[in-house]
Amino acid sequence: MAAPLLQTRDLSMHFGGVKAVRNVNFTLAEGELRCLIGPNGAGKSTFFKMLTGQLEPSLGQVLFRGHDISHAHAHQIARLGIGIKTQVPSVFDGLSVRENIWLSASRIHPRDRVNGVVDEMLERIGLAGAAKRLVGQLAHGQRQWVELGIVLSTDPELILLDEPAAGMTHDEVFKTAELVREINRSKALIVVEHDMQFIRMIAKQVTVFNQGSVLVEDAVENILRNPLVRDIYLGKQAAA
Amino acid sequence: MNARALNLLGPALVGIIGVAFLFLTPHFAELDTVLELTIYMIMAILALSLALIWGYGGILCFGQSAFFGLGAYTYAIAMFNIGESTVPLLLAIALPAAFAALLGYFMFYGRISDVYLGVITLTVTLILFNSVNSTAGPEFHIGTARLGGFNGIPGIPPLNIPGNKAAVIDLEGMFYLATAALLAAYFGLRLLLASRFGRVIVGIRENERRAELLGYDPRAYKLATFTIGGALAGFAGCLFANWGNFVSPTIFGLAQSAQIIIWVIVGGRGTLIGPIVGCIGIQWLNTALGANQPSGGSDWWAKIFANAPLILGIILIAFVLLVPKGLVPTLGDWGQSLLRSRGRRVTTSLKPKQAEEG
Repeated sequence: MAAPLLQTRDLSMHFGGVKAVRNVNFTLAEGELRCLIGPNGAGKSTFFKMLTGQLEPSLGQVLFRGHDISHAHAHQIARLGIGIKTQVPSVFDGLSVRENIWLSASRIHPRDRVNGVVDEMLERIGLAGAAKRLVGQLAHGQRQWVELGIVLSTDPELILLDEPAAGMTHDEVFKTAELVREINRSKALIVVEHDMQFIRMIAKQVTVFNQGSVLVEDAVENILRNPLVRDIYLGKQAAA
Repeated sequence: MNARALNLLGPALVGIIGVAFLFLTPHFAELDTVLELTIYMIMAILALSLALIWGYGGILCFGQSAFFGLGAYTYAIAMFNIGESTVPLLLAIALPAAFAALLGYFMFYGRISDVYLGVITLTVTLILFNSVNSTAGPEFHIGTARLGGFNGIPGIPPLNIPGNKAAVIDLEGMFYLATAALLAAYFGLRLLLASRFGRVIVGIRENERRAELLGYDPRAYKLATFTIGGALAGFAGCLFANWGNFVSPTIFGLAQSAQIIIWVIVGGRGTLIGPIVGCIGIQWLNTALGANQPSGGSDWWAKIFANAPLILGIILIAFVLLVPKGLVPTLGDWGQSLLRSRGRRVTTSLKPKQAEEG
């Protein structure tokens, strides 16, 4: 079997006495698309922050292609090929859409090719017509797309998406699911999401977090039937 | 007119006005006016250094006067010891740059938050003030240069043409040099900001965490910005020491540090021309108010107008409250909305959608 793309060993994060993430052993294969679900406060975002170097783990290890990145800086991890779209869009609000994408693309592309790459990405995220507008003035859904464009422009091997469909209209959710599947043709992804409809559209394998630990890991159809998962998380939504 | 043309129009205007100013002023102005204008030019270079660090780099530095003063003192001390100005000039740039790099290293790599950055830079400036202030005795000297404590160092030899000790630059020459240096600094910074480096530091100012998650190391970029700003401030300090042939610890004082911040606030952060305008305008006002001494009568209006700090304080408060973006960005906004409303009037009848997008 091929070496996993990403692996965590007993990964833990303690804030004072609070154990936000506890002994998480998580493995992601090359090219895999995995969904992470779990109630608020289950530790999903903290887990993402440790994978991207925004938080230094209290205990345990993160291995990316066999390299220990547990104590690496965020920019070093980004350069190794992990990109993240955060829950609240983290973009350059005071700059134009084009400049946002340019800043990202110019990190990996030589000067003479950047503009071409930027044009392609603007088309791909459907914002070519709004290229000159300030990102801070765009609607929430469009800012999500800008952030996706930023992340894709650094051409990462692994993309983490923290609630990509949050605050999107039904059409946008559908479009996002399509994009996620398209990205997955060449990249590995981990997607945190609450929208069950969205998860059904994209997921094969799902990992459920609860109170900082992995509760269960299974195929999407089994997860949706799992009574334990329904109890802690899906209860209300599945009944509705 | 589109945005691209506007972007080119600005520097072109600055270039034309700057060069005209450079060559015409000495022909039409009295020598004391030329002398006055020279100090405006020198201070405008100092204002540019903070325009880069704060306006574009997002680093609120209360310590630009530290680098400025270090540049001035370095030049003075090196000049007394060496006698030919080429090396002292280079040292006056290199030493403040090195000091900025060292200070910046500890601040940025130590992950000091923005607020403390202001506190630290201010403290460093005041430490320098107090240290240099207490060097009055004859035992405080570097080579043949006595530091002089609060009285400072008088009689600093002027710059000469590189390699020719006898060819000293006179007062009119200083005007040409300072104005040319200001133009060079302005266009040099414009080039820097148009480069990838410049665009990345603006990105870091806008969202440091995002820049980091894209693979840029904000610490390194901030350190480089801070060092360039320190070098530029040091260079301005060297010119300042030349201008009055004198330097004293007040150069490190609180008043001087605050002034630089005020120039940038009034002129506008995020522009280069703004801080230049703010600096020259406020200095001119300072001089005009200072000359406006009350004639001994009991007319309290006259007394108020003679109180430069009071008037400047009122101006600063007015700007912070009413024109928070500063003079130049606000005028720019007005200009753009004027253009847009004219554009809209033409297009609304035909294509309402396009006007909205434009």
